[in-house]
Amino acid sequence: MRNIIKDGQIAQDSWQVLRADAEGQYPAVAADVDVIVPLSQWLAGKATWQARAGKTAVWLAPDDDLHLLADDLATLPLVAVDFPAFTDGRGYSLGRLLRERYSYAGELRAMGDVWVDLLHYLWQVGFNAFEIKDGKAVDGALAGYDTFTERYQSTHREPVPLFRRRVTSL
Amino acid sequence: MYRYDEVDHRIVRERVEQFRDQTQRFLSGALTEDEFRPLRLMNGLYVQRHAPMLRVAIPYGHLASRQLRKLAQIARKYDKNYAHFTTRQNIQFNWPKLETVPDILAELAEVEMHAIQTSGNCVRNTTTDAFAGVAQDELLDPRAYCEIIRQWSTLHPEFAFLPRKFKIAVSGSVEDRAATQVHDIGLHVVRNEAGEVGFKVIVGGGLGRTPIVGEEVKSFLPTHHLLTYLDAVLRVYNRFGRRDNKYKARIKILVKAMTVEAFAAKVEDEWLHLKDGPSTLRDVDVAHYASFFTDPAYDVLPANPAVLTEKQAAEPAFARWLERNTRAHKRAGYRSVVLSLKKTGVPPGDITADQMDAAADWADRFGYGELRVAHEQNLILPDVREHDLYEVWQLAKAQGFATPNVGLLTDIICCPGGDFCSLANARSIPVAEAIQTRFENLDYLFDLGEIDCNFSGCMNACGHHHIGNIGILGVDKNGEEWYQITLGGSQGSHTTIGKVIGPSFAQADVPLAFEKIMTVYLEQRATGERFIETVRRIGLDPFKERVYAKHH
Ligand code: HEM
Ligand code: SF4
Repeated sequence: MRNIIKDGQIAQDSWQVLRADAEGQYPAVAADVDVIVPLSQWLAGKATWQARAGKTAVWLAPDDDLHLLADDLATLPLVAVDFPAFTDGRGYSLGRLLRERYSYAGELRAMGDVWVDLLHYLWQVGFNAFEIKDGKAVDGALAGYDTFTERYQSTHREPVPLFRRRVTSL
Repeated sequence: MYRYDEVDHRIVRERVEQFRDQTQRFLSGALTEDEFRPLRLMNGLYVQRHAPMLRVAIPYGHLASRQLRKLAQIARKYDKNYAHFTTRQNIQFNWPKLETVPDILAELAEVEMHAIQTSGNCVRNTTTDAFAGVAQDELLDPRAYCEIIRQWSTLHPEFAFLPRKFKIAVSGSVEDRAATQVHDIGLHVVRNEAGEVGFKVIVGGGLGRTPIVGEEVKSFLPTHHLLTYLDAVLRVYNRFGRRDNKYKARIKILVKAMTVEAFAAKVEDEWLHLKDGPSTLRDVDVAHYASFFTDPAYDVLPANPAVLTEKQAAEPAFARWLERNTRAHKRAGYRSVVLSLKKTGVPPGDITADQMDAAADWADRFGYGELRVAHEQNLILPDVREHDLYEVWQLAKAQGFATPNVGLLTDIICCPGGDFCSLANARSIPVAEAIQTRFENLDYLFDLGEIDCNFSGCMNACGHHHIGNIGILGVDKNGEEWYQITLGGSQGSHTTIGKVIGPSFAQADVPLAFEKIMTVYLEQRATGERFIETVRRIGLDPFKERVYAKHH
């Protein structure tokens, strides 16, 4: 169990994340745990994963091809996007594409190098759950939602950009 | 000029508070150096040789007199009484203390200014023609679109962490004065056969280590699709631009790797999903932004009043200044005045706090309270009545602003180089000064005519040396400062990258090499031919032969 941020609140979370070890091997996963597996592992054995007692979700690396997951999005309980370094901004585009192009409506989780200063942007592009990096305060990260009270662009949270709202309200 | 509403103010204020908090967390150790660096860069804060350097945005080069006074105040209070204009319509402070930067940002916010995205791997300050809105050859005033792009790019949630920096320039005139072809995206206003206005979109230009002239990805983009198309270009770049090697991370490398056709097709594909979406600009939206850029209440004036022509005839020095340092205005009886920041002995682009105050006063007294910053690192009074020009000249002279060299060899575009920049291979400022001194004779300088001379202290090319008619690049040879000379580069509508003429020169030999190059030009030029035209016609060989000739 660990604390994450979900829908604006601190929540207990029991999902485990399956990652390759230094040799590129994947450790065994117990049958009854809820696990988030990399896209490649999911594609290699969908039926096996689905036959387990525990739930299975998928995480995407920044350069993964979203298209390969398109058919499963309606049934997956959770999709996560990994940020190997916070300066790698590809995941923001993946978030928007998942929400806006693929109409993914389930839990969208950011994991990896994720902390308070990034929350606002991540929330705007469609993420609603945040696994805060080890060593960074989880409760302090909640403040990240409110860094900005307005923004100029069309985003997943506020599709009508400011320039349209400005003129309409004149 | 654009004025902030409550929302713009709030966003900038919240940004200042965010940065104050980040700075405090860094100073208290809660943020590591590696975590803080990208965050501070996105607020224009570099850590340089002597102190941090703060780069403040002057969006598309537009500056109000009250803003310039604020910059003067900041230079006095937090810095050493001066600042430096860059080639991208920004201003830099070289000596602020890290702890005071949040206070500086708060003061800037009072006058609707900020340092947001002036550095870092994000969309940078949007630039345009310094004469936008007053130029005689303008097709469309680009400023409303520049402000629309500024707002779209400010804190864009999807594009905060791009592979590398991203620069957009817009040109609305026949002659491209915004160097659009060496930007990541260049937007050039065009009309189609039906007479509608749109943008030609050029992508993948840039200087630095791999200088590349941008290529056209769309010949006509209707103006109302501007933002959805920009979103598409940025998304393709954000997802597919290289992140493994920072020297290969600019969009120009992606475009080359994919070929421009394949890149354009990929963008088109992305755009089809975004086109006509909520970011599509309606006429009312554009009209809202355009309403900030209407003409001031110009007087109806005769062109060339007698007070002007008489002084011009009587005082050759004034005539010279008038010819070089003023530009045609779209309204009769007005001209735009370029205040030269290229006085010999002063680092190109540097401006003192007193000069800022003086220029702000003139903008109020002789104009409509507005100034412009040119990417050539000069300051502009856009609307001066011709009958005031003589007085403005005298005032400008007294403030060291009237060197009549705009567009001439000594109007050198120059980066801060080794005196300030920790990436430099060589110093640029003393060498620029040596060249200015060598060509100080005004008759000689005027005879040489228009020559763009650009100088960078290393291959990052902050001084645009690749597109100077004559360019200088600082190189390092076994720890010594050497200088490479390029010829034949040009900016504008026919942008070309200059070619290196041969082995580099020791610092003391640069002015002499320049003199030899100029002698060849004077011997070879056809009547009325500018330096760049002669170089194009005769090629590099005659210059090389002279410069590298062995002594007998
Ligand atoms: C002193 C602190 C500065 C540092 C550390 C710095 C650093 C850099 C670096 C690393 C690049 C290359 C980026 C790339 O190729 O991707 C660059 C490019 C550039 N810099 Fe600077 N710079 C500084 C000051 C300036 C100044 C004072 C100016 C203007 C006079 C300037 C204007 C530019 C421009 C226009 C480019 C773009 C060239 C291109 O398109 O690649 N920089 N800078
Ligand atoms: S060109 Fe090089 S030396 Fe000059 S400012 Fe840029 S990084 Fe520094």
